[in-house]
Amino acid sequence: MDKASPGAVPAGPGLRAVEIGVAIGTAVFALIVIAGSLKAGINWGIEGPRAGFFPFYIGLFILVSSIINLVQAVTTQKNDKLFADWEQLSRVASVVVPTAVYVWLVSWIGIYVSSALLIGVFMKWLGRYGWGLVLGIAIGVPLITFVVFEKWFLVPLPKGPVEEWLGF
Amino acid sequence: MEEITNLFHGFAVVLQPFNIMVMVVGILLGVIIGVLPGLGGANGVAILLPLTFSMSPTSAIIMLSCIYWGALFGGAITSILFNIPGEPWSVATTFDGHPMAQKGQAGEALTAAFTSSFVGALFAVIMITLVAPLVAAFALRFGPAEKFGVYFLAFCSFVGMSKEPPSKTVAAMMIGFALASVGLDKMTGQLRLTFGFMELLTGFDFLIAVIGLFGIGEILLTMEEGLSFKGRSATINSRVVFQTWAQLPRYWVTLLRSCIIGCWMGITPAGATPASFMSYGIAKRTSKNGREFGTGVIEGVVAPETAAHAAGTSALLPMLALGVPGSPTAAVLLGGLLIWGLQPGPMLFVENKEFVWGLIASMYLGNIVGLIIVLTCVPLLAAILRIPFSIIAPVILVLCSIGAYTVHNSTFDVMLMLVFGVLGYVMKKCNYPLAPLVLAIVLGDKAEESFRQSLLASQGSLAIFWSNGLVGTIMALGLIALFWPLISNGWARLRSRPAF
Repeated sequence: MDKASPGAVPAGPGLRAVEIGVAIGTAVFALIVIAGSLKAGINWGIEGPRAGFFPFYIGLFILVSSIINLVQAVTTQKNDKLFADWEQLSRVASVVVPTAVYVWLVSWIGIYVSSALLIGVFMKWLGRYGWGLVLGIAIGVPLITFVVFEKWFLVPLPKGPVEEWLGF
Repeated sequence: MEEITNLFHGFAVVLQPFNIMVMVVGILLGVIIGVLPGLGGANGVAILLPLTFSMSPTSAIIMLSCIYWGALFGGAITSILFNIPGEPWSVATTFDGHPMAQKGQAGEALTAAFTSSFVGALFAVIMITLVAPLVAAFALRFGPAEKFGVYFLAFCSFVGMSKEPPSKTVAAMMIGFALASVGLDKMTGQLRLTFGFMELLTGFDFLIAVIGLFGIGEILLTMEEGLSFKGRSATINSRVVFQTWAQLPRYWVTLLRSCIIGCWMGITPAGATPASFMSYGIAKRTSKNGREFGTGVIEGVVAPETAAHAAGTSALLPMLALGVPGSPTAAVLLGGLLIWGLQPGPMLFVENKEFVWGLIASMYLGNIVGLIIVLTCVPLLAAILRIPFSIIAPVILVLCSIGAYTVHNSTFDVMLMLVFGVLGYVMKKCNYPLAPLVLAIVLGDKAEESFRQSLLASQGSLAIFWSNGLVGTIMALGLIALFWPLISNGWARLRSRPAF
């Protein structure tokens, strides 16, 4: 935090709070697994142990270890340890949000166009490069992947209206 | 002697021009993957796995394992020049490697790192050549109970050996098992845990998990730190190389000890990272100039690098001989075997001799080729690192997405990858280990199958896991590994008690 004024404490979610959240999350996951296993049947059928038998005990293991983790997180003494400060989290979000949009776009407009958009937005927004370099890399990388995957290795990737219009 | 003949057959396979080309390409890709932040051995191999579907299994495994060797080499470059470990197992290399670079001895540090990596790998490969066939022959006698015992041992060692709290390791591992059980139950043909979602019919593929947890998660971690690379430049010329080589035999004790630590930690699935720390720690305690460790001594580079590479290489032994991978990257390679239609485990040594020995021979050659490549390409590789992260990051994101898509040609998997990525970031920050999670997804089906088959044989009695000496021994070893921290603590306390 070199920009912060001396004495200013970086703020953000505490590590303890996140640990508690994660432990609760794993416990909920465990309950889902247990519920699903019960639905599939956890007893013995004619064919031996039924489909839910193994995951049921796995679910129990997750539940027990989540409770231990939860107790440990709750009983640790309060300290100022941060999970991450807000500035760090906003940097993480600056990757997660465009990537989420990208992932959603891939199923609509194909992987090549959305990749060009992702690289372009990233370089222009976070890197503040000149248009020449941005366009060069944003168009060049998808082009190279196209040649490598579709032509050399014959692995088809998702395509959208633009590729259709170009005749692929 | 049969092994030697087989090995020479293996060399004949590897020395075909196509396979040599594949090897060089693999090493180069691997080194780049090892150097770049956000791309590591496991997810690098996972992303490139679909490219090998059209190759013969032998060429494919040569390429992928060479990517792995390359990544092991590459991690050292960033540690020494930039003080940024490119891979977790090269963290210990930064302790003395970077101070050496600051003193202007970057060339020496890199040469020492590469050469000791090579020595560690060579030691491990020789060990694999001699031991793996014996282990495999022995393992042919295993029934379902013994097989489950081996899985039990592998997962218990994770809990006992990892530096994370045991309850977190168990939670992560069991989440992996739960994810593995989603979809079609192979034994009864029944659907389970799908909750009516069509997308979950085929279950969770571990490759998606690897790419998400290790690839996307790593980018998020790098982004959080807001890295700006400030590196030392380095050139390696032949004079520096030979001078450093002349010094290395002095450290033969450290080298040998690190090799043994590495092999041991690699076979038990503790992995390369703890091996490098342990080796560094022991070298520091036993060396004559142990106090100077941390200020840039060559021994402090030799110890962790040798152990990390020995561990990374020997992690393939249990994968080949037993079908139990010793590291996440070995797990991805094992996934590759299944995709190419090979059944990992002891039968591989009987039914696919050419494949196994081709792989082992490629380990010898691959590491020699790797050593030559890294020694000659350091300036080029350091230049890659100077490409700003705001260009590298989106390109890696695109590569990860392509990798995730090509596993099943499904855009749902790409979304899943991002979810795994965010999960990986949060879990890593909260000190949950990711390796057992991935291994559990890979081995979940097989572990469950052998568990249920054993129970079928015994009509539901758990006593089958203690029914004969062999399975009993394996299970007992598993329990010892599980409670190892308690046992070693108790032992230390007993010894420190004053004698009456």
